[in-house]
Amino acid sequence: MSDFDPNIIGFLCNWCSYAGADLAGVSRIQYPTNLRVIKVMCSGRVEPGMILNLLETGADGVLITGCHIGDCHYITGNLHTKRKYSLLQKLISKTGLEPQRVRLEWNSAAEGQRFANLVTEFTEQIRAIGPTPLKTHDTNSNLLLNIRAAKEASDNFRLRALVGKEEKMVTVGNVYGEKISQEEFTAIMDEAVETEFQIHRIYLMLREGPKSVKQISQTLGMSSKLVHNYVVALRQRGWIDVKEAVEGTPLYATLLR
Amino acid sequence: MTSTPRIGVFVCRCGINIGAYVDVPKVVEYAKTLANVVNAEENMYTCSSDGLNKIKEAIKKNDLNRVVVASCTPRTHEPLFQETCEEAGVNKYLFEMANIRDQCSWVHMREPEKATKKAKDLVRMAVAKAALLAPGDEPEIDVNPSSLVIGGGVSGMQAALSLADQGFNVTLVEKAPELGGMLRTLDTLFPSNIKASKVLEPLLQEIKANPRIRVITNSKVKTVNGFIGNFDIGVEGDGKQERFNVGTIIVAVGADLLKPDGLYLYGQDARVRTQAQFEELVKMSKMDAKRIVMIQCVGARNEDRPYCSRICCNEALKNVLNAASPGREIFILYRDLQTYGVHYSRLEQDAKRKGVKFLKYQPDKPPQVTAEEDGLRIEFYSPTFNEKVELNADLLVLSTPLVPVMDAKELSQLLKVSLNSNGFFMEAHIKLRPIDFATDGIYICGTAHSPKDIGESVTQALAAASRAAIPMARRKVRAAAIISEVDQKKCSGCGTCIEVCPYNAIRKNDKGLAEVVAAVCKGCGICGATCPEKAITMHHFTDEEIEAQGLAALKET
Repeated sequence: MSDFDPNIIGFLCNWCSYAGADLAGVSRIQYPTNLRVIKVMCSGRVEPGMILNLLETGADGVLITGCHIGDCHYITGNLHTKRKYSLLQKLISKTGLEPQRVRLEWNSAAEGQRFANLVTEFTEQIRAIGPTPLKTHDTNSNLLLNIRAAKEASDNFRLRALVGKEEKMVTVGNVYGEKISQEEFTAIMDEAVETEFQIHRIYLMLREGPKSVKQISQTLGMSSKLVHNYVVALRQRGWIDVKEAVEGTPLYATLLR
Repeated sequence: MTSTPRIGVFVCRCGINIGAYVDVPKVVEYAKTLANVVNAEENMYTCSSDGLNKIKEAIKKNDLNRVVVASCTPRTHEPLFQETCEEAGVNKYLFEMANIRDQCSWVHMREPEKATKKAKDLVRMAVAKAALLAPGDEPEIDVNPSSLVIGGGVSGMQAALSLADQGFNVTLVEKAPELGGMLRTLDTLFPSNIKASKVLEPLLQEIKANPRIRVITNSKVKTVNGFIGNFDIGVEGDGKQERFNVGTIIVAVGADLLKPDGLYLYGQDARVRTQAQFEELVKMSKMDAKRIVMIQCVGARNEDRPYCSRICCNEALKNVLNAASPGREIFILYRDLQTYGVHYSRLEQDAKRKGVKFLKYQPDKPPQVTAEEDGLRIEFYSPTFNEKVELNADLLVLSTPLVPVMDAKELSQLLKVSLNSNGFFMEAHIKLRPIDFATDGIYICGTAHSPKDIGESVTQALAAASRAAIPMARRKVRAAAIISEVDQKKCSGCGTCIEVCPYNAIRKNDKGLAEVVAAVCKGCGICGATCPEKAITMHHFTDEEIEAQGLAALKET
């Protein structure tokens, strides 16, 4: 455990948290060397797909920091960060990877000490969780497939549109003037996350080669009925089709998108 | 991006700031091995004219088309290095920085090996991003040549007058019923001891007579929208509201004096007064105390307020000199006397000549005050005599520090500018960009920035007026090219980007597709991160650039 030196990526907003990190330096406050910072103008620039990509590549932890709510240089930027982070956590919790590997925190330009504490504490947390399993390539687990599916799902139109429209849907209403409650929205979101995650898992599996519903069902540990439903949805989207039938069992394959 | 990247890497030692903790030659050697890097070298100080010239020479000699500097922080030095690149013909958006000081050498001083590894990683990340950078064109923005000055104390008034003298219209907003600020509460001013009214009255008259200055009293700024050149301001007060547009804003809201409630019997015994109340007593000739004790640094330089308020020592000396008379004993209990400069140390000499006794106390053993029938008893440990000293007094005067105004935080949020850890307004950089806030078009002066005397406040006010005058005189500023762009082929016209943009910088064109108004875009990138079709490119922070940085960070070395 002691020789585990985690790789941690930090997304810091230019105005508050990056300035806070600089202040920790100016104040000579010491903290662990594990964080590698990517500066963005606003934490709202960070997409779930970017983080899932880093996790897939072998990051042990990812820290996102923005201005405190109400202090955002871009007024509402960090509220968008919060919504995207919520989607990200929903997706990660489905993959089997520890959701604690990713954390969102607010840190102001004046909080140098707090930034140093945050990095120290987060580094310790990642040390305690241990090295990412995505580096060891455990072929028995679906973890890599799951992370990739989560990334594809988060990059896809439906989830991106839902996150983008959340504020309007729960405050003003949609184009038809229909407003929904935060609870209703969360329920819609949860359902969409589950569907998109599963659909992308199946799609990614089929990209490796044609498979039957039964084969998919066995690999994913999902009932044939559910797999069948998703396969129908995938066919309706025009992403897959029947390639051939072997002894009466159809094999599905991906189509060019 | 047509040409193959040819990247030059410049690793700064920053004297010992980086060089003592990061193995700079190793980082340079490592940088040479990275893809697209054609030249890597180290500098003692990359930001010195020598260091900057070496960048320009290397660009010419090696035909560089991308530059990476590994040094302090882009927040202070990026503009300087970008300018240098431009001078050598490399577009400023083809520059990238690795922060190996503020976020590396300074925070890993006890781990030089790991700090060196991290510095290499940070350089690798910067080089990976640099390879993908594209040049940018900066849009030009019109500047409304008028200014808003918030706060009508001596700083605000001076700044307003200076701007008006330069030909700009100024709106001066003051929350009190009258202009004057702290100057109005003072009797005389140190070190010359002239009457405060001798400074205040001419200023008030000049402002009144100046047709370019509009004064709004009893009012506060309630809304601020827009950006440099074009701020929409909403002011409220006196039951009235109004809106107007300015090109620049000067923050001169001043500071408050700390009320020492609960300290040294203040508020419980009428014989305990603040320095300001003492000045009032002296002014009204109502001061008949025979033995006076003053305590300096009351509620100052402690955990809550670690800073030195700078003016209290001289303020105390001024009052002491005005109050000193034969048969009156005065003691000043101090921690360190901040009578900096010739003028102020002369005050100290004068006070000593008049028999004022200066006694040092220690913050860990502060004076104890008890109220007796016949007077106040002040006991404290004297490090000079190495024993406990007891003093009796008819009057105890407390010197308290300047503290940030009550609504400093509210205003800082409104303007989107920073406060420092003491709660005062914070300039972009104390040496490189003093007076400016990090947010373009907003400037700071006076005690809103930090405790200072009137002379210093006036100097800073004139500096703020000069800074604000630059964009207003030019009538135009160049906005950063860190803006988003919609790919019209991918856009479906769903309008989500329009809903999430905090600045209304995106509109629909006649085809019903989204389009970014470059001059209004502030480059947050929220639209890019949100667009369901991934049709928006956030220039200088593209998906590809961010991904390249992340993957480079995770690359095993």
